[in-house]
Amino acid sequence: MELTGAEITVRCLQEEGVEFVFGYPGGAVLNIYDEIFKQKHFKHVLVRHEQAAVHAADGYARASGKIGVALVTSGPGATNAVTGIATAYMDSIPLVIISGQVPTPAIGLDAFQEVDTVGITRPCVKHNFLVKDIAQLADTLARAFYIAASGRPGPVLVDIPKDVTQQKTEFAYPQKVSLRSYNPVTKGHPGQIKKAVQLLLGAKRPMIYTGGGVILSDGAPQLTELVRELGFPCTSTLMGLGGFPATDPLFLGMLGMHGTYEANMAMQHCDVLLAIGARFDDRVIGNPDHFFQEPKQIIHVDIDPASISKRVRVDVPIVGSVSDVLGEMLKLIKGAKEKPDEAALKTWWTQVELWRSRDCLHFDRTSKLIKPQAVIEQLYAVTHGAAFVTSDVGQHQMWTAQFYKFAQPRHWISSGGLGTMGFGLPSAMGVQLAHPDATVACVTGEASIQMCIQELSTCKQYHLPIKIVNLNNRYMGMVRQWQEFFYGNRYAESYVDALPDFVKLAESYGHVGMRIESPSDVEGALKEAFSMKERLVFLDFITDQTENVYPMVPSGKGLSEMILV
Amino acid sequence: MRHIISLLMENEAGALSRVAGLFSARGYNIESLTVAPTEDATLSRMTILTRGSDEVLEQIIKQLNKLIDVVKVVDLNEGSHIERELMLVKVKAAGKDREEMKRMADIFRGRIIDVTDKTYTVELTGTGSKLDAFLEALEEGTILETVRTGACGVGRGDRVLKV
Repeated sequence: MELTGAEITVRCLQEEGVEFVFGYPGGAVLNIYDEIFKQKHFKHVLVRHEQAAVHAADGYARASGKIGVALVTSGPGATNAVTGIATAYMDSIPLVIISGQVPTPAIGLDAFQEVDTVGITRPCVKHNFLVKDIAQLADTLARAFYIAASGRPGPVLVDIPKDVTQQKTEFAYPQKVSLRSYNPVTKGHPGQIKKAVQLLLGAKRPMIYTGGGVILSDGAPQLTELVRELGFPCTSTLMGLGGFPATDPLFLGMLGMHGTYEANMAMQHCDVLLAIGARFDDRVIGNPDHFFQEPKQIIHVDIDPASISKRVRVDVPIVGSVSDVLGEMLKLIKGAKEKPDEAALKTWWTQVELWRSRDCLHFDRTSKLIKPQAVIEQLYAVTHGAAFVTSDVGQHQMWTAQFYKFAQPRHWISSGGLGTMGFGLPSAMGVQLAHPDATVACVTGEASIQMCIQELSTCKQYHLPIKIVNLNNRYMGMVRQWQEFFYGNRYAESYVDALPDFVKLAESYGHVGMRIESPSDVEGALKEAFSMKERLVFLDFITDQTENVYPMVPSGKGLSEMILV
Repeated sequence: MRHIISLLMENEAGALSRVAGLFSARGYNIESLTVAPTEDATLSRMTILTRGSDEVLEQIIKQLNKLIDVVKVVDLNEGSHIERELMLVKVKAAGKDREEMKRMADIFRGRIIDVTDKTYTVELTGTGSKLDAFLEALEEGTILETVRTGACGVGRGDRVLKV
């Protein structure tokens, strides 16, 4: 039977087992929306701004491991989605974004709500398509899903002109997709893996450094087993948190610009570094020249060959899926006659513990003002460390990474690469929909939350009982911190004047709002909020305005050149 | 160092802009870029002339391979190869210069493919440096117009870039 392009689009989503489509209707996608209206296989979630549609799909993908799907109209629908797409691209999140386009005869004629969506999104997608021929529609959508999730994942956009959604053709969904130009490697090279294991077993001052690739490849069990088998210290990037339990003594905390003293010092002074699904970016290792002042040998496991030897030279590159490669490594390590050098390891751990005893994350616990760190500590305690936590971008994000000890993968949802303010609330919606019974918290600040505040309305419509933990210091905290450190206390435009009353704001959207101004009320407020299982609660914590995130590696400096409290 | 990168890509709309966009987004240098379909109409072959250190070249090759439409990439400089570029030069050819211009074209094994009473159009094929040499050899002020295709190249002998 012949189906219209709109019917085919909807059928493809059904074939892929899509549960939720996050979107916003408009002229170019009306035929698709009409078909969505007629079906019951998946649910459409109406957001209030297209940026939020993509962030919500992104949060859903990060928390579930499935592909997130967003649907937007042409022109402004597509341009609004770009921030969300770029966010997902930088963090390698598998998404399929369907955008409407003006009818094919109108393309290039500056039609109403026309924009070159494929051109605009090209630098921030893994791949994109413009479907001009209905015969290609089903095949293209199948390719989009395949490309999004395989290899190094990423967002794929499919732009569908309105006339294509009206035309008809026979529908057959491809059972299998194969592309001659795209065959991502999964298995690591056995010779390289062997070499890596020998290097690890011979190390005197070993270090394991993990990133988002561990989460994306579902490699957390293998990583945990490997680290415990070797007994080596382990650190993680912002993106990798939860890949190895932060509660384990082998874990040194996050590394990087706001990483712990012990993690950064161990990175700097190790002799053999095993990097897993991480990419040595500027926020993580600081100045690469300084990083190599202490000679070290590097093993780098990554599914993307282009991530290897990009910022640092690597001695043993291994291209492959993290979970596969770590599985192979484990087999070899368990079967090996040699064991890690116990004496050397003992000396190394003595040094690491000395660094750890510096207690770099300490803060004033006697303050009469609410310390933001204390809020996160309490959040961790009240949620028993088991919540899904999303964040926006800035100081609150770093404090959450430092003080919420993530013990499971896919529980920490944060925009790492692009650093997108406004990500926290919409991504929490996707997380809550993926895990309807789970506790979901969005840690944010009064500046970030206002970038997608309109989604409080979406939360009401779909009964999403997210707990918003707003660390309200009346400043763009991280900007203020940089201005204090590097711009002579000139706080240019970082003070947020004329803030709304967040309690009333939350109430006006039909939610519960709470303002907390005293340190003694923090725990009680959190407990009360989290006991309201059916309600969204906006917790507005009025925090110490002057608090800074420590340690800090200033931009361009070496990892061991931290500013400490 | 100067490198000639040859690649095969799906002959799809927008494929060229993916490559061009990659080079500009990552700050890689393009001296010339040529592209045309191959004997297999589903494939285009592109030749990119670029400069960069070994590390940069490694990244360029990896990033090109990462593009979904790119089927195969080689750095022709990794083995011996042949490089050619076509140039058309329109020159003044009047009076006493006319004979000299003909001689110069002959020396460089160029062909005169269009003639008026005042001009010649010379077709010249060779490596980029040969074409440069021809332009330098011409007397100042004699060149009216120059058009070059950019380099294309192929590996010598058994080295074949094919799907």
